[in-house]
Amino acid sequence: MTTFLGMPLAPPGVGHLRGTEPFPVAARRALGDSQLRRNLRKATTTIRAKRAAAVGELPDWERLRDAAQAIKAETMAHLDSYLEQLEARVTERGGVVHWARDAAEANRIVAGLVQATGSTEVVKVKSMVTDEIGLNDALAADGITAYETDLAELIIQLGEDRPSHILVPAIHRNRAEIREIFLREMGDVDPALTDDPPALAEAARLYLRRKFLAARVGVSGANFGIAQTGTLCVVESEGNGRMCLTLPETLITVMGIEKLLPSWNDLEVFLQLLPRSSTGERMNPYTSMWTGVTPGDGPQQFHLLLLDNGRTAALADQVGRAALHCIRCSACLNVCPVYERAGGHAYGSVYPGPIGAVLSPQLTGVQDNATLPYASSLCGACYDVCPVKIDIPSILVHLRARHVEEERQQRRLPSGEAITMAAASWVMADSRRWQAAQRAASQAGRVLGRGGRIRRLPPPLSAWTAARDAPVPAPVTFRQWWHQEHGDQPRHRNQAGRGDQA
Amino acid sequence: MTAVRIALFVTCLADTLFPEVGKATVTLLERLGHEVVFPQGQACCGQMHINTGYQRDALPLVRRYADVFDSCDAVVMPSGSCAGAVRHQHAMVARRYGDERLARAAQAVAARSYELSELLTDVLRVEDVGAYYPHRVTYHPTCHSLRVLRVGDKPLRLLRNVAGLELVELPGAEVCCGFGGTFAVKNSDTSTAMLADKMRSVLDTGAEVCTAGDSSCLMHIGGGLSRLRAGVRTVHLAQILAATRTGPAGPASAGAP
Repeated sequence: MTTFLGMPLAPPGVGHLRGTEPFPVAARRALGDSQLRRNLRKATTTIRAKRAAAVGELPDWERLRDAAQAIKAETMAHLDSYLEQLEARVTERGGVVHWARDAAEANRIVAGLVQATGSTEVVKVKSMVTDEIGLNDALAADGITAYETDLAELIIQLGEDRPSHILVPAIHRNRAEIREIFLREMGDVDPALTDDPPALAEAARLYLRRKFLAARVGVSGANFGIAQTGTLCVVESEGNGRMCLTLPETLITVMGIEKLLPSWNDLEVFLQLLPRSSTGERMNPYTSMWTGVTPGDGPQQFHLLLLDNGRTAALADQVGRAALHCIRCSACLNVCPVYERAGGHAYGSVYPGPIGAVLSPQLTGVQDNATLPYASSLCGACYDVCPVKIDIPSILVHLRARHVEEERQQRRLPSGEAITMAAASWVMADSRRWQAAQRAASQAGRVLGRGGRIRRLPPPLSAWTAARDAPVPAPVTFRQWWHQEHGDQPRHRNQAGRGDQA
Repeated sequence: MTAVRIALFVTCLADTLFPEVGKATVTLLERLGHEVVFPQGQACCGQMHINTGYQRDALPLVRRYADVFDSCDAVVMPSGSCAGAVRHQHAMVARRYGDERLARAAQAVAARSYELSELLTDVLRVEDVGAYYPHRVTYHPTCHSLRVLRVGDKPLRLLRNVAGLELVELPGAEVCCGFGGTFAVKNSDTSTAMLADKMRSVLDTGAEVCTAGDSSCLMHIGGGLSRLRAGVRTVHLAQILAATRTGPAGPASAGAP
């Protein structure tokens, strides 16, 4: 006899996939921060326009999206064999491949690899996955200091802050705030430092150069891993990644298992889609690729760590698995009206915005991120811009259903909302019951309404009337009017109300 | 063109809260020479249930819609989001619970179900419906009209042909108003922030009327404008298209909350 234990999820207590409060509560606080609102509005508006212009240049954009979607779907369908292929190629070329079930295991492996070098410092390329697993905290616990070298990640690290965007993690900070952080935390900065962006960049450059030249271990994520060749690829804008990937003696790359592409040729599609979607550039400034170890050139020790941390569980969900196609461009964040107003921190997870709302609950289990699938008006703007055509609204709707179904199984008594929904379904499934409910609504409306509008409704509808008037139900419903005007004629074939007994 | 017999799915919202929208739809289609029927067994498309996670509770509503409109040649509804639910979600709900027969029936009915502007321009092939509406109007393309149904500029083509109507472009038109069904209650603060920006855009146009193809979004925008006593009213597209110089749905009668 065998017992199915379920797919391993990202464990609690390690990493940054779970928030400490529900989305509506965190969002409410963020909405009140006028500086944050201004920073987000300005940044997302600018980047939206840049993306739209860059995308508009390509006549075959929609075909590129179709190709990317097909490549990713094929990759996920054969992920097991592609991963083994990648492992074999990397090993052949002198790299060492490690497999980590979850964040805790990944952190242990990386810390052990760093300790084996005798180093107590690492320089890091910006990477979502190492933030997902909370690597910096884990390394610190083992006496290893991790230095973020991406400008925005540096701002976050120095400010003891949390990233709020996939691509521009300090999007919630403006330059005056950044100047303050640098003056306070960098130690030897010229006090005359202004908030002029080139001056801020120069201060960061001087600070980081010392780290690059001293570091013996580099840690990176990966944008793509090519199964066919064993090549890893990082795309970036600042050149800090190139420094970290080439200067240290040892390079440790942490890669989620979904970052795979089958063949080298697939990069043709993805290297067109990613920069245009992400920064609105035709091509990103730095594209670094490496395959295992090259004697006399670059790091002479290379470790590739392949991370699950809930990804196999997502892969097991026939609808939800498309979220694994994500290439972390963040175009969906920049067009999302919810993200633009609530900001990234409200999502709790390192993956914010629409993609985070479908990815985080799948990695942790829906119950641990239960408010995220509802953190969307389902406006669909995210789907339109997604370079790999992830139907995010449909996955959100699917995860809401998963949440409701899990709640139904776990609760001894149904929630008030579940009772209301079941009652509404019962009423609406029969036209006599529906007409009775309409009459009741009309009577209630006449009690509550003043001057053709309702200014206050009882909870939970009080959330509506906090900022909006509600309409008063009409004294004569449409169907009553129809009956008065038309009687039973003209009578439609179905007019007797087939299915009323349903 | 030959007269078409059109079944009206009025939507639960218009039936109960905005019957004028249903009446205007009937008036308009009859004026264009078509026969409108109203199958009494109808109630709701189930969108609220589906989008709140209660897909099992939506199943009877999906079945009812497929049953009630089974033999109709064309079904019209004055709502982009209800048409979106019918066309993009009904079969999905049926399949989730293993009812392939219902899924196929739902798909067949969905293929003959249209949002109002689609029916007018794609099926009835009319862009000038002979309407008269002497007001300054701005049009909000609701998210599901725009990105689920892809109605594009069909509503605008209809509005441009309305005599007397001054159409003003809405800045940031494609941005969601923040309604999102139960989103407006579950995430009411974020919804309100989105609404504030939409209202500002509407007010910036100097229009006296904001129109759209969905009573739900208009209820949201109109509810906000009404609370602020902003002096702008929301009017459904059907009401504008139904208005004539002499007809019963004259320009003064249209008005949501």
